[in-house]
Amino acid sequence: MQRRLPLLLVLVTGIFAALPFFIPHHSLQAVDETVRNDVLRIIAAFSLVLGVGSILQHHFTKIQRKTSNWQYSWITVVTLFVSAVIGLFGGIDPSHPGILPTHIGHFSFHIQTLYMNIMVPLAATMFSLLAFFMASAAYRAFRARNLSATVLLAAAFILMLGSVPLGRMIFHPLPSFAEWILTVPNMAAKRGINFGIQLGILATSLKILLGIERGWLGGG
Amino acid sequence: MTFLSFVVLLLGSIAPPGSVSAGDVPNDGGGSILVTWTAPADPALTGFEVLRQTEKATAWETLASPGRRATRYTDDAATDGVRYRYEVIAESDSASAASTPTAFAVASAQWFDMNTVPALVGTVVLSFILLYFISRARKDKNLFIRRISGLDAVDEALGRATEMGRPTLYVPGTSTIGDVATIASLNILGEVAKKTAKFGTPLIVPNTDPIVYTVAREIVKEAYTTAGRPDAFTPDIVFFVTDQQFAFAAAVDGIMTREKPATNFLVGMFYAEALIMAETGASTGAVQIAGTDAVSQLPFFITACDYTLIGEELYAASAYLSREPLLLGGIKGQDYSKALIVGVIVLGTLLALLAGLPVLKYL
Repeated sequence: MQRRLPLLLVLVTGIFAALPFFIPHHSLQAVDETVRNDVLRIIAAFSLVLGVGSILQHHFTKIQRKTSNWQYSWITVVTLFVSAVIGLFGGIDPSHPGILPTHIGHFSFHIQTLYMNIMVPLAATMFSLLAFFMASAAYRAFRARNLSATVLLAAAFILMLGSVPLGRMIFHPLPSFAEWILTVPNMAAKRGINFGIQLGILATSLKILLGIERGWLGGG
Repeated sequence: MTFLSFVVLLLGSIAPPGSVSAGDVPNDGGGSILVTWTAPADPALTGFEVLRQTEKATAWETLASPGRRATRYTDDAATDGVRYRYEVIAESDSASAASTPTAFAVASAQWFDMNTVPALVGTVVLSFILLYFISRARKDKNLFIRRISGLDAVDEALGRATEMGRPTLYVPGTSTIGDVATIASLNILGEVAKKTAKFGTPLIVPNTDPIVYTVAREIVKEAYTTAGRPDAFTPDIVFFVTDQQFAFAAAVDGIMTREKPATNFLVGMFYAEALIMAETGASTGAVQIAGTDAVSQLPFFITACDYTLIGEELYAASAYLSREPLLLGGIKGQDYSKALIVGVIVLGTLLALLAGLPVLKYL
């Protein structure tokens, strides 16, 4: 029963999730929307509690065992509690104040202010690293070690040159050729991969619905 | 014809819209009526006005004022079962002319969207092919499955981690459980966890989604039990980090540089953080096995990782690793389905080419 009940639930909800694609009737669409918007959000909210529990457990274990760099775990735990308290009781921003005073003079530390001034710049910093990683990855990819890498190098060279005015100046049809590489061989390969992906999704969905694939249950 | 339109016609500076008709929008969930008309060929035309009237009402209600190029309007505010008629007024700067009212139309909801028939037929045909090979796999336990080098390398990569006494890092993507790629990744995680449990290699599974974390934790726990090592499982193996994309990338990079895993698995759905993680992993000298169905991230993985499961291979991985005959049947079915699709494309291309040939006139 412990195995059959989840399988039955998956079969029923899986079929129900597929039906609204074929049945446009508002009665079914309304139920589908409720399940997607409300039920799933409630489940997600519960799982978030488990997630926070996991963070605390992970870092308290580190602190308790004094593993390497355990001091940083204190920063995570303290930050988590401080931001939770500010977020829950300090209001969203100056126009939506909470029950806790979250400003000192003109300096505001509402949750929105903290998010915009700490999280967003930090995320932008990580994102900007991508430019440097792209350069190092491109260097590795464009070394003409074998035939495939050489073709890649040639295609990339034509595309880059075809995208700038210099390319047209050197050889007039180059931008058109670069466009052709993108829209014909590149698109053909992408569509081929997409066919495989869609078939893979169909096969995986079928196997899960029929209970053949049970890896998500933690194994056979 | 209304009194207003009669007056306008008497003044006579613009022709009314022609062939005005109204009908239920097909294949929808109800509540919509489509009004169509032909525009008068008059350069002075500036736009239209669409009016609606219920059967029992005397007044006309203005719905919208579409531009001069419009020839259709969908009334999304109709109530199912109520009879409506419509009138379209052509307008210029100095005059306007109303059409004759349409016949009464009724909005209704449909129980089947006929536009989805090709998708339904395709799904049924491909499902039958898959089910046929799955059932064949029950009888024939020695189905030939093509080799997937990325998956052949899993044992070798885990063995390397064991020999080096370093952990294995498994990132199940950065998407939610609603993504099939995440489910495929979790299926692979089960097989990888069984092997790490068997080899006694430490496993690290950071998560960005709380639901994925919960499922991943159960999968790893079950895998350790199946491998006969329930004692080796600790809740610390699988943990939630953050749902912020780049904060998660920073955390994974931190794990890669501090813990120095010998093997990194980056399997599932990834976005812009893919290259940040893969390049950091490459810089630490780890063997990296990646897999995703995000076509835009595939080139980054191919460049920065040792092995990459491209698209469908991600979905075949769990079956390939477990070698379970029923699951392997699915891979075989996928391959035959692909052959069928290629055949249909070739046939369609030939027919399209033939359709343009003059010889068809004589057939």
